[in-house]
Amino acid sequence: MDGSPDLKNAGPAQSYSGPPDYRVVGRHGVFPETSHDEIARFNFLAHMNRHLSTRIMPAVKTAWERRAGPAFETRESRAPKDRHEVRKALLQDPYYQAWSALRRATMEQRQQAGRWIALRQAEILSAKVDGLTKAGDRLELDPALPIPRYVSAVDHHCMPGSYHREVFPGDVSGAANYDSGIFATTGGALGRFSDGGGHAVVKWVRKTLPDFRPHRILDIGANLGQNVLPIAQAFPDAEVIALDVGAPMLRYGAARAKSLGVENVRFVQGDGSDLSRWANGSFDWVQTTMTLHELSLTSIKAIFAETFRVLSHGGIVLHVEQPQYAADMPLFEQAMRDWDAFYNNEPFWSTMHELDLDGFMVEAGFDRAKLIHDGVTAVVDKDVFPDAADDEGEDYGRKAAWHVIGAVK
Amino acid sequence: MSLDLALALSSAKPAGSRPYFMDPEVERVLNILMATVQELAVTRERLDTLERLLEAKGVVAQSEIERFEPTKDQAAERGLWMQEYLNRVLRTLQQEAEAMQTKGDLASEEVALEVSRADA
Ligand SMILES: C[S@@+](CC[C@H](N)C(=O)[O-])C[C@H]1O[C@@H](n2cnc3c(N)ncnc32)[C@H](O)[C@@H]1O
Repeated sequence: MDGSPDLKNAGPAQSYSGPPDYRVVGRHGVFPETSHDEIARFNFLAHMNRHLSTRIMPAVKTAWERRAGPAFETRESRAPKDRHEVRKALLQDPYYQAWSALRRATMEQRQQAGRWIALRQAEILSAKVDGLTKAGDRLELDPALPIPRYVSAVDHHCMPGSYHREVFPGDVSGAANYDSGIFATTGGALGRFSDGGGHAVVKWVRKTLPDFRPHRILDIGANLGQNVLPIAQAFPDAEVIALDVGAPMLRYGAARAKSLGVENVRFVQGDGSDLSRWANGSFDWVQTTMTLHELSLTSIKAIFAETFRVLSHGGIVLHVEQPQYAADMPLFEQAMRDWDAFYNNEPFWSTMHELDLDGFMVEAGFDRAKLIHDGVTAVVDKDVFPDAADDEGEDYGRKAAWHVIGAVK
Repeated sequence: MSLDLALALSSAKPAGSRPYFMDPEVERVLNILMATVQELAVTRERLDTLERLLEAKGVVAQSEIERFEPTKDQAAERGLWMQEYLNRVLRTLQQEAEAMQTKGDLASEEVALEVSRADA
């Protein structure tokens, strides 16, 4: 309660539809401290992202329909044959250029703002994480694990240091930056703890498979565990493994889980393409959430094969991702969705979204008749957060509405 | 120590070469401008916090701020501040204008040669 009178229909809050103030963000034991102005910076960035997607981006379509598209057809005497031709034609258009330059600038500003917060207290955060993870078996690191080329070649979503680099031994500033900034990037659309994807998966499983009682769950590319914690909480009797290649994310994630009182998750450093430490049939649920698009062609195939192997009979695999570029998706939309691939350092994004994932699943051993396809939207506290399910707008690859592709073994 | 880290590394470049959508010179100015726009929003939010706290403590009501009318002297001081401010911000245009009116302006590099000649 903030002291305002309890008149639901009284003030501006009633008709307000923008991102919530950053101060509603969920804080846990290792969440970085944020000053007034650091919060204001995130507030600005959340609004800037919204302005870009709702006020500026729609006119990129106008520029395509009235200018860049006709110019292409005049020049080439034909329609563009794929999304790459559309994107390259758009690159010549001044409006696309302006939108792109602003979107890139906003992403860089978001990284800068979060890094400032995390780095200025890096030693304190590292000590806190250490204190929460020293004892117990909830964190298992493997310093010898090679970092895949597709992780180290370019820093995903322009996040300096990516998921694996440390500024000093034990540094978790990269994870603290990621954690604190997601809220600004998504305008709160993923909820207080940026875990709306995980809650959506739980809701889907409860509704679709009401009798499913998983005992062992593996989340590949779990990052700092934001979306696996809701799963662990929903199935408290299950033992959950949060697997990732990035040690700083895992350290921070283990401390975060501990401080949130989630005890049934173990954060393990490992590569999803080699799950040899686990015997055949070790898990009854394998999950990836927004991870497939940050892999490579060889690793996605290896991960699918390993997933099939470690699943028990009757076990499920669920991959949550942005929708694939189906043949009926307009080339303009595909080109817009490709923006992050080329201009926000997501190099596998474009290829991943055109893959025949069904075919890959079948190749990995799954039965085509037992494949799963569905859609989910972020599950958030609607009193405070915008609900992606009610949102008619499109943010080409950034909306909190995803596809589920999976299988029952 | 952490503050030094933050100063050195918070604006670091991510791995991967940066795309430019406009002339890099133009985009550079846009990038600086957008960071400035952000900082203006930060200042505005801080001011808003201050006004609301002052109002809550009964020191200054927001309506007083809205209705505030400067005296003649105060208005003059504020006007002068505004003039000084615009002069500072638009410095480059004044200098361009002066340059258009100057004939035979030499570059320091040219003068350097001149004043270094043995026969100068
Ligand atoms: C976009 S993040 C995933 C986000 C997270 N699952 C969530 O729900 O928010 C991708 C993660 O996958 C990890 N990763 C990439 N390749 C991997 C691999 N082969 N095995 C395990 N983790 C991997 C990265 O380190 C990164 O943390």
